[in-house]
Parts: sequence; C-alpha cells; structure tokens
Amino acid sequence: MEKFKTIKSNAIPLPMVNVDTDMIIPKQFLKTIKRTGLGKNLFYELRYDENDKEIESFVLNQDEYKDSQILITGKNFGCGSSREHAPWSIADYGIKCIIASSYADIFYNNCFKNGILPIKLKDEEIEVLLSAAENSLNFTVDLESQKISYIENNTQKEMPFELDEAKKNCLLEGLDDIGMTLNKVSHISSFEEKQKSSNPWLYSQTIK
Amino acid sequence: MNSPKTIYDKIWQDHLVSDNDDGTSILYIDRHLVHEVTSPQAFEGLKIANRKVRRPEFTLATADHNIPTMDRDKGIDDPESKLQVETLEANCDEHGITFLSMADQRQGIVHIIGPEQGFTQPGMTIVCGDSHTSTHGAFGALAWGIGTSEVEHVLATQTLIQTKAKNMNIQINGKLPVGVTAKDVVLKIIQTIGTAGGTGYVIEYSGEVIRSLSMEGRMTVCNMSIEAGARAGLISPDRTTVEYLKNRPFSPSEDKFDSAADYWLSLASDDGAQYDKVIKIDADEIVPQVTWGTSPEDVVSINGNVPDPAKISDSEKQKSMSRALEYMGLEPNTNMTDIKIDKVFIGSCTNGRIEDLRAVSKIADGRKVAEHVNAIIVPGSGLVKKQAEKEGLDKIFIQSGFEWRDPGCSMCLAMNADKLKPKERCASTSNRNFEGRQGRGGRTHLMSPAMAAAAAIKGKLSDCREF
Ligand code: SF4
Repeated sequence: MEKFKTIKSNAIPLPMVNVDTDMIIPKQFLKTIKRTGLGKNLFYELRYDENDKEIESFVLNQDEYKDSQILITGKNFGCGSSREHAPWSIADYGIKCIIASSYADIFYNNCFKNGILPIKLKDEEIEVLLSAAENSLNFTVDLESQKISYIENNTQKEMPFELDEAKKNCLLEGLDDIGMTLNKVSHISSFEEKQKSSNPWLYSQTIK
Repeated sequence: MNSPKTIYDKIWQDHLVSDNDDGTSILYIDRHLVHEVTSPQAFEGLKIANRKVRRPEFTLATADHNIPTMDRDKGIDDPESKLQVETLEANCDEHGITFLSMADQRQGIVHIIGPEQGFTQPGMTIVCGDSHTSTHGAFGALAWGIGTSEVEHVLATQTLIQTKAKNMNIQINGKLPVGVTAKDVVLKIIQTIGTAGGTGYVIEYSGEVIRSLSMEGRMTVCNMSIEAGARAGLISPDRTTVEYLKNRPFSPSEDKFDSAADYWLSLASDDGAQYDKVIKIDADEIVPQVTWGTSPEDVVSINGNVPDPAKISDSEKQKSMSRALEYMGLEPNTNMTDIKIDKVFIGSCTNGRIEDLRAVSKIADGRKVAEHVNAIIVPGSGLVKKQAEKEGLDKIFIQSGFEWRDPGCSMCLAMNADKLKPKERCASTSNRNFEGRQGRGGRTHLMSPAMAAAAAIKGKLSDCREF
C-alpha cells in the first residue's frame, strides 16, 4: 500500500446521512474480479440517469469537484454491506479522505486497508466544513499532525481530529497487515496446538 | 472466584492468539465461509504475494449471490457472473477448499448452509466476506462480516486483527402474541435502537422470547444485527442449540459430541455479567411490523400509518423522511394496509429457511395470489428446497400461484436476473430496503414470511393475523 501523504484539495460536499454501500457502489458493479476501475461507477444511481447520462445537479458531476480528493458527508456513512468495492470505488475515483460524523464499522475498517483516511468530527464541525466545501475552498489534511486547515475570508482555520495511533501508523507507513501477522506465525501455531488438545472436535471435522 | 463473564468475553478469551503493542489483538478464526463476490480479489492478492491458504479444511465455499434461480441446467447467462463463479471454483480447486457448486444439492446461501451442515458451532469464531455473517451468532458463535482484504488475511493466516467491541444486552421479555414472529422482533429492535444503535457493540439477545425461539427464529434475529449497526449478534447456547447440531454432516463425531456440548453450554453468559448497555423490550408491545421507508429502522406496525414529516421537529430527520417518502412513492398518513404491491419476494438468509416456508404455506394453502401480483419463493438452500418438497409445500405454493425457484440470494440484492423495475413495490422477507437494493428505483417493504404471504394474497400490505 502507498504511504499516506498530506492532501491539498477542495472537498466534495455531500450533505446526506446514512449513505449506504448500495448508494456508494450498486450491486451490478460487484461482478468484477478486479480491485480497480470502479471509480467511474461511484455513487452510480445518484450520478447518472436511466440512460447513463450524467445528472448535472449531482455534486460529482460539477466541474469544480471532479478532481477533489476529500469527501465531506453526514452520519453513519458506509452502512450496509461489507463490500470492499465501496472503498475501492472511492479510492479509484481519487478520494483519499472522508470526513463524516460517524461511520459503519466494517466500512470504517475497510478504509484503512485501502489507504483512505476516514476522519470523524462532531456534527457542528461537519456543518462548518460543509459550507466551506460548498464555496469550493481548498483544504489541507495533514495526518501527521492530525489537522484539517483552510483559509476562509483571509483567516487561517484549523480543525484537529482524533485517530487511533495504530491506524494512523498503518496509513503513514503503508503497512501490509498480513505481513505483520505472519511475523507472529509461531504464536498462531502454538495457539493451534493448544486448541487442538482442549477442543479436539474442531480439528477432526470431516464432511460426511 | 472469577468475575462473571459474557459469552462474548469468553469466546474472545478462547481465541486470543496474541495482543499487539498498539492495543489490537490477533484472534484465531475457526471457520471461514467464502462466496464468489467478495473473494476473487483476495485470492488474487495471495497469488501476487506468493502466499498459501493456511487452513483450507476450515474453509467452505459456495456460489450464491450471483447465480440464476431458474433454468439452472442452462448455466449462467451473464458472462461477468459466470466468470466470477468459475474463478471461485478454480481458486478452491487450487487451494484445496471444499466448494459446493450450483449442481450440488447442499448449495445455498452461505449463512443458510453453514448452520445446516453443522459447519457453524457454538463458541467458534466464524467470518465471511458478507455482513450477514452475524446470522451464525444464533448458535453462540462469534460471527461477523469482513471485507475482502480481511478475507485475504484469514486465508493467509487463519487469524484477524481485531479490537474488542463493547457488550450490549437486548432482552425480550414476556411471550410473543399470536402471529408475531422472530422477524417482527428484530424489526422492533431496529426501530427501537436505530440503524446505528449497535455501532461499536456486539449485541447479545436474551430473555424468555429468545429462549423460546427455534434455531431458525434465532438466526432471523441475529441476521439483522448488522441492520442495527452491530457487527455481531449472539445468543447463548442452550439445549435447543445442542439438539439442532446432532447428526449434522460437519458436527463433532459421536465420541466427541458430548464433550463438545459441555463446552458449548459452558459458554453461556454468567449470571451477573456486566454489559455496557442493556435494552429491555416487552414482547406484548410487538405486533406484525413492516417498513415504510428506505432504512431498516423505518418500521411501523401493520395497523399504523405512513409517518408525516410535518409532525417531525428535527429538520435533518424531516428532510431524510421526505426524501424516503418520495422515493417510496407514499403519501404521509396513508394506512399501511392500503398500500398496493406489485411483487413479493420470499427468501434470503433472513427468512429462507424451512420454518419460513411453512409459515408461508399456512397462509397460501387454498388461496390464490392476487391477480396483479408476481410472487416468487426462493428457498435458502438445496436442502431447504428438498425438505419443502418432501412436505408437499411446493404444491401448495404452485397451486396458489407462487413461483417456486432454485436456491440463492436472488432478489435480496438483485445481482442476478431477479429484480424490481423502477417504481415497482415489493413485499419482501429480506433485510434491506435501501434505495435500489432490489433493483433501481424499486420500492421495498420488509416484513415476516407470513406477512409477505398475506400481502401476496390480498395484493396489498395486510395483517397476517386476519388469515
Ligand atoms: S441473502 Fe441477501 S443478505 Fe443474505 S447473503 Fe445473500 S445477498 Fe446477503
């Protein structure tokens, strides 16, 4: 995974709550066997009409937001299914950071595995950022110092955010979870030995 | 004396491989279910990194999401779906994983076949690249849905990196009124705590009502834990659980069964165990439920009305309610029983088991599906289908005008040919009423199998207690 670098970009305002994974990437795009190429289908049903034509009023179709790397949205973002196609499509579109007041668990964890930074802020803070985003202001998201900053009416504004230290490191270092776990393979083997003697039925399962 | 523990604490303790420095833990995963949609990229990742599957014998795979429910002998039409299913089969072959193909009678929805085969057992950690893995919690297994990166992690290491969740206890006390089922219970729970109410928690369901439910009913409840925001739902094992597991193909062999059963029963939450949150619901308050909107928390009793945004003070809620009503094509204050439907879907991992089909047959027997309604019944597995045919349920269904299909996820997520057209309205026994879930522009009302059958007969949402 690539290391997470400081982002400088304007932000897509999506003032909706409970945006679910079916909205992020509808099921007809889950048939792929690849991780890439899903960005063009991100928010498909909000973004295109029945004839696959862009719906002008939808924010992703507005010129100034086409290259944004930040998405600002409401609570419970990413609820619904475990499909990693949701973060894949977001990453493939070019969004590297999501700012919302809360997330569904599975989606939240999936973000880190795909180099996306999901920031949690209070509802009031989201309101403030949404209006700045609507004015297409430029934001800087600095993960190292855990700060979002932007300039509004010639004043520098800053908003700190909290993040679990381990998750922060994974993003900053671009770490591969599997490699890290395999470093502890001896622990896994000894766990299996122990479990085999305490719960032997787990190891003698055969299909009848 | 040890302090009293919850079942979640016990299972966690029994699967702890090691604690990482950063506060996360490596948990051992006993069983892994795999399906065609969320696995290809995981196998691809293994190949790129030149890694093997650590425990192929702890892994069971099938195709369910993306397969046809009619004319199976003709194979899969859609080239992308076909490639996905073939890719799964090839990956299983290569890594020595048991794969139940479409031609195998044991094939079905992963969350139906795991329990049915006895692959799911109490005290296990079970994962699958599918959020409704919470279903298996009905057995007192810690089971949760994972993303594809985690599927790859489990394949390679038979473990996952986890942070411990909080414990929530939802007690359903009293006795369920006649005509009220497990589905109504779980819809009531979601209405009560909301779709984000369980976020960060593992929910343990308890109380007289849960104890009196069959394993099928318990699975329905745990299945929708994810709609309540929780990654996992749990029910402490008891005699009902043990009885269900006797003589299943993957169950412990006879010489080990009793010691396994003792272990299972010892996992039940201890009296006096502490929870971070406790919710109590009285069974008397539960009536047959239906959803009116586009979130599983948009629940109302069948005797109720479509809610009115004008009566809501919170402006954000008001906005999202109006948006949902517009999408659903509903006027505020309409009687729920005046809502006409076009389609009925009976199936899914929530309600595609034999007990669900029996409930449908009771209502369908001797009656006809309304003229304007197209109703399909999709059994959850080949074995459910076989059992239903053995009991003659298929004849009742066909005579009443239901379509009797082959097993799979079907119109629960509409990845195959079974889907709603824009503005079509469906009475559905599945678990999600999100916009577009059952087909672009489609309108979904969630309910129990008996309620969906009643809707099919009357051609509009109806109270199953009137049958
Ligand atoms: S039946 Fe529906 S919810 Fe269940 S696994 Fe299939 S698609 Fe998911």
